[in-house]
Amino acid sequence: MNFTLKIWRQRDAKSQGAFETYKVENISADTSFLEMMDILNNNLIHEGKEPVAFDHDCREGICGMCSMHINGHAHGPSQAVTTCQMYMRKFKDGSTITIEPWRSAAFPVIRDLVVDRSAYDKILQAGGFISVRTNSVPDGNAIPIPKADADESMDAAACVGCGACAATCKNGSAMLFVAARVSSLAKLPQGKVEGARRAKSMVAKMDELGFGNCTNTGACQAQCPKQVSIAHIARLNREFLAAKFQD
Amino acid sequence: MSCFLTNSSVGKKLVMSISGCFLVLFILFHMSMNLTMLFSWQGYNAICEFLGANWYALAGTALLAAGVLVHFVYAFILTIDNYRARGKQRYAVTVQEKGVAWSSKNMLVLGVIVILGLGLHLVHFWSKMQLVEIMGQHASVINGQEFQVINGAAIMMYTFSHWYNVVLYLVWFAALWFHLTHGVWSMFQTVGFANDTWYPRLKCIANIVATLIFLGFAAVAVYCYFTSSPQLIDEMIANPLAH
Repeated sequence: MNFTLKIWRQRDAKSQGAFETYKVENISADTSFLEMMDILNNNLIHEGKEPVAFDHDCREGICGMCSMHINGHAHGPSQAVTTCQMYMRKFKDGSTITIEPWRSAAFPVIRDLVVDRSAYDKILQAGGFISVRTNSVPDGNAIPIPKADADESMDAAACVGCGACAATCKNGSAMLFVAARVSSLAKLPQGKVEGARRAKSMVAKMDELGFGNCTNTGACQAQCPKQVSIAHIARLNREFLAAKFQD
Repeated sequence: MSCFLTNSSVGKKLVMSISGCFLVLFILFHMSMNLTMLFSWQGYNAICEFLGANWYALAGTALLAAGVLVHFVYAFILTIDNYRARGKQRYAVTVQEKGVAWSSKNMLVLGVIVILGLGLHLVHFWSKMQLVEIMGQHASVINGQEFQVINGAAIMMYTFSHWYNVVLYLVWFAALWFHLTHGVWSMFQTVGFANDTWYPRLKCIANIVATLIFLGFAAVAVYCYFTSSPQLIDEMIANPLAH
């Protein structure tokens, strides 16, 4: 397969970026999107040009490192997968593919397609944890947890923190990410005890870092590679408002 | 507690949700009142007379104006925040995501159309009725004819005897329909009353409420257009509460 790639190139956070067009040829339909990018970079290096910088790590859809806004979709047009799990057979032979970095004020571009997502780490540090003493491992069945609660918690915990939600949201809101963290812990007894403090401090940090306000469009869940539901946002709202009214 | 309603994203959304809910309830009341027109214009005038510029109607109007103002001002504050959060550099390619309603991404534009319609509506009716009464008068002159302030039915008949007013109001109601199909279920989401089981139900309720409101208001405007005649308006002016 042959493709024309329109890729955002930007030297650093302060430079003005622009699109550049490249051609890749003889790409197998079973090539993953990131492998295709590797082939492009290999060609660029052979031509003595600067390779395109992009984020990646595990390449099996669990680390949340890959990003890229491909043809208007966070993680590309495939449903429920990260960029690394998307294959070139998803695209039409001979088509033009536009690749942009995440666009959000809270995710500044570092270089080309790499953005700084440390804002999500800062939100996690504000409350996305449980306070327990480390000790010998307790019995896994010591605390009974209803199956439905455990399932819901795990569905929220599937979030890999890639940033697709804030990158997709027209308001640059990080609510789906924050909601997934708050919800996965709120549904479990170990997390419930600190629920109020967690919801308040994570929302406060999210606001402080310049993320926008959720307007319930649902675009985030449509583009989330882990299909995290906006029902978790409803739970976050509930947890946050209950905590505030108790103050 | 007062501060999270002004400085937190979720708090500001709560204000939008509560003020929006209040406005929806008012609109349902207003629509029910208008429907009287389909059965008896004298009955409609009786309601106008009952409300008028009495203290309870004035208190209601003040509360309503506050509700509109809060909803409108917060909408702008939130939109400016969101515009900033999106960053200066926009995407070159965007798509309409699956399952995302067009109205959900255009609430401010729809809201502005609703506000413009409200302005027109206040000029057509409120400024000829309650405002005149507040100023101590009992009648206002429209196109050379004198309408009593309690004669809402005649003012409505006269206004909707012009086709362009009917069209303008229908555009207004349509914008309101789009606004409410997203707004009504959204207010439940914002207060936290929603989950995957309830989304289809809440969206269905939102569509029903929005459609009822559209049909209720549109029916009266269209009814007035087709039944109005200079004779009927003269008869209404001569004796607003007659049988």
